[in-house]
Amino acid sequence: MTDIKAQLDVLPGLDPRAPLLQVNDLHVEFRTRDGVAKAVNGASFWLNPGETLAILGESGCGKSVTAQAIMGILETPPGHITRGEIRYRGVDLLKVREAERRRVRANRVAMIFQDALSALNPVYTVGFQLAELFRVHRGASRADAKSRAIELLDQVRIPAAKSRINDYPHQFSGGMRQRVMIAMALALDPEVLIADEPTTALDVTVQAQIMGLLAELQRQRNMGLILITHDMGVVADVADRISVMYAGRIVEEAPVYDIYARPAHPYTRALLESIPRLDLKGQQLTAIRGLPPALTAIPAGCAFHPRCGYAKEPCRQDPAPPAYAVAPRRTARCHFFREVLGE
Amino acid sequence: MSDVVLETKDLVKHFKGEIRAVDGVDLQLRRGETLGVVGESGCGKSTLAKLLVGLEKPTSGAVAVRGQDMTRLKGGELRRARRNIQMVLQDPYTSLNPRMTVGDIVGEPFEIHSEVVPKGKRQQAVQDLLDTVGLNPDHINRYPHQFSGGQRQRIGIARALALKPEIIVCDEPVSALDVSIQAQVINLLERLQDDFGLSYIFIAHDLSVVRHISDRVAVMYLGKIVEQGHDVAIYDQPTHPYTQALLSAVPVPDPRLRGHRKQIVLEGDVPSPANPPSGCRFRTRCWKAQHVCSEQEPLLQIRERSPHPSACHFAEINNPLRGR
Amino acid sequence: MSDPTLPATIDTRPRSLSGDAWDDLRHSKIFWVSSGLALLILLMAFFPTLFTSANPADCTLSRQYAGPSGGALFGFDYQGCDVFARTIHGAGNSLWVGLLATLLAGVIGLFFGMAAGYFGGAVDAILSRGIDIVLGIPFLLGAVVFSGRLSGAGDDGVTAVTLTLGLLTWTSAARVMRSSVVAAKGQDYVAAARMLGASPARLMFRHILPNAFAPFIVVMALLLGANIAAEATLSFLGVGLKGDAISWGVQIAEAQKHARVAPAPLIWPSTFLAATVLAFIMLGDAVRDAFDPKLR
Repeated sequence: MTDIKAQLDVLPGLDPRAPLLQVNDLHVEFRTRDGVAKAVNGASFWLNPGETLAILGESGCGKSVTAQAIMGILETPPGHITRGEIRYRGVDLLKVREAERRRVRANRVAMIFQDALSALNPVYTVGFQLAELFRVHRGASRADAKSRAIELLDQVRIPAAKSRINDYPHQFSGGMRQRVMIAMALALDPEVLIADEPTTALDVTVQAQIMGLLAELQRQRNMGLILITHDMGVVADVADRISVMYAGRIVEEAPVYDIYARPAHPYTRALLESIPRLDLKGQQLTAIRGLPPALTAIPAGCAFHPRCGYAKEPCRQDPAPPAYAVAPRRTARCHFFREVLGE
Repeated sequence: MSDVVLETKDLVKHFKGEIRAVDGVDLQLRRGETLGVVGESGCGKSTLAKLLVGLEKPTSGAVAVRGQDMTRLKGGELRRARRNIQMVLQDPYTSLNPRMTVGDIVGEPFEIHSEVVPKGKRQQAVQDLLDTVGLNPDHINRYPHQFSGGQRQRIGIARALALKPEIIVCDEPVSALDVSIQAQVINLLERLQDDFGLSYIFIAHDLSVVRHISDRVAVMYLGKIVEQGHDVAIYDQPTHPYTQALLSAVPVPDPRLRGHRKQIVLEGDVPSPANPPSGCRFRTRCWKAQHVCSEQEPLLQIRERSPHPSACHFAEINNPLRGR
Repeated sequence: MSDPTLPATIDTRPRSLSGDAWDDLRHSKIFWVSSGLALLILLMAFFPTLFTSANPADCTLSRQYAGPSGGALFGFDYQGCDVFARTIHGAGNSLWVGLLATLLAGVIGLFFGMAAGYFGGAVDAILSRGIDIVLGIPFLLGAVVFSGRLSGAGDDGVTAVTLTLGLLTWTSAARVMRSSVVAAKGQDYVAAARMLGASPARLMFRHILPNAFAPFIVVMALLLGANIAAEATLSFLGVGLKGDAISWGVQIAEAQKHARVAPAPLIWPSTFLAATVLAFIMLGDAVRDAFDPKLR
């Protein structure tokens, strides 16, 4: 275990005092025959230990691509990171060698996916897959690895872990599979966990179990958590800060209480208003008109302007609105954020 | 009670003789009303939808549309009766034939029921339908994959409207859509209900959407309705422990409630419908369960402490959202 | 009410799935190479005189193993026949047998596959076991026995080989058809049509078949290549085309006896055979990729 830590510490430029994870001006595009799809267009955010950052957005907004870029699992081609930095403790992961990148990926930054069944290998038992991690990355003995695997399954509260390690992934229910995947992600004590729609495929009662488990494990380990989701209910329950993504840009970034109380970007505001609410029963829901743009043809200026009620002439022209400082630790990419805030 | 358009009596569907997907469901739907059906995966709500529209044959029980038992009809009579109950399917990507144009898809009901609209007027009828659901009538020659998810769902709705049914069964009609698009489709469904006097069975797992659109709500667990009542009754005064747990598990989009909500986290998973627990089916996950629950099946009825029908021996109003 | 939700970026032309597939194919080099090759071979088969004016049956022993001269680009064989002319004319029989056998296999496979997939249950069980039984026949053994039985004395064996290959190779077509009908039958749009009260014929021909047909076409292309090769194999073994019939298989069979002395009469028909089989297999692959719904 110690030599792994030592190996990582020689990562050139590693600075224990630097922010845990910092993404600066990330650009990702997909070059396809139908044109260049600009999936991420200058995403910037940071993450501290013990903190939960939610990246909120609808399908195609670039939130999953951002996660893949951080993990270094972007399919290249067609995906290309054209600009930006992804700094883990000060080290730009886009500049280090592939071997070091792999070490960081295995040990420091882990990820869980929406579909646990396809993320686990169907031909090996769950216990084998977990033990393998300890044997390959920690040089643990067979017996030691097995007991650690049981310990982990216990931690993610799989009943009768001792006997269940001999089961195959398909023998677990959806919720239990998600627990197994969390166990695999946490096996090597990562400092950052990226959860991409971890509960979207689950029922609400199971979702509540899984989110509770994630929050608890995060507290115990003081882990940074990036939660990628479209569900504003889940975000309100667990996030510390929120980055709202639209057409590959982070259009608003704020602490969770502020954003729900007073959104500063028209898109955030519209999203919140389109959720069915008790006090509005019998009335029309406030729908956002139109559709999100195709990533091959993002509108000039603010990408949201064709659907926005606040849009005026400057919004239709390049450059896109900068990230205005709305308040301390709070930004919004809207020329008219004051109006949106209702000031 | 003459305004009851749809009624089921002790509807049962067993697959392969043992999987009890739907196990004795009684429902009533009145004219112009929306009945929401909620429950988790495997509770039988989708099978119920298929039984209602005749995609599955019930093992026993009846589905009566305007008093006429659909399960006993045959041939031409069945075809005519089917016109009155249509369905909107969940997945807008698989529910439209990719090799047919939008005009052919929406016009297919007229081809099958050729007596409804004379041949020469069909194209106009299709274009009117597209207009009704908010699509450009000039797009009848396009193919489904040229539309977005929300637009495809509108195409599915237009197809369901074609035969001017009184009843539309909506099986998770918005759960495949993004939030901002969901609202558009829900608004459309509500407008169509007002314009045409439609009755909806609205099946969904999203409790806030169901609350928004429904007049009455039925909660299903393992093939049975465990609680049924007006939306306010179910959401504000739930008496069945399962309903309470379900409501408490729904994340509320308001961070101020964090830590102030009393969340009932259920242990374990839904048991297999092939081998449901004896007595009350929820007892294996219920914190109120006692000996009687395993021996005596609680009927769905009004009880001393439940002003609306609830299938729990210990039914009692308890609103988890008010637990601050 | 116009359409407020349609963005300007969506292509405004109506485009069908096959239109999109064609779009894909147009950009595929493999498609162009293989279909060019296939077209050339078809031309050869149906209009051999476009390529050579020599008579393939005109053999003179005095020209035995003579080198290339004039129109005889590939020289002459053991019997003193023009190798080039025979290779060109051989395309006709090879392709003809391949096409007919594939067509026969396709018709049988389509029918059984559709029936098994659509009706399911007992029909499926019986037909599927039938397919298993046919698959269980060792191909070469079956072919030797069948074509021996079917061919009469003195005929050139074309009918016998065609029937033999057709009856032995329809199983793959039937299996593919069955599974794609099963897959299409379970789709929501079929349920939607059933709900409207659509008749079984409408379900089958309007909804299921058009969506199940692409994999079948691909199997047909692959089968065509395989059948052309199989005809050559049978002819080589002496149970295929015989007598005066000209085909690549017959040519290879004869030339291999003298391959040490004169390799050219063996090499040329073999090359043409390999190229033909490859062309149809690549064509099938390219079409399959274009129709792959996962890419849509």
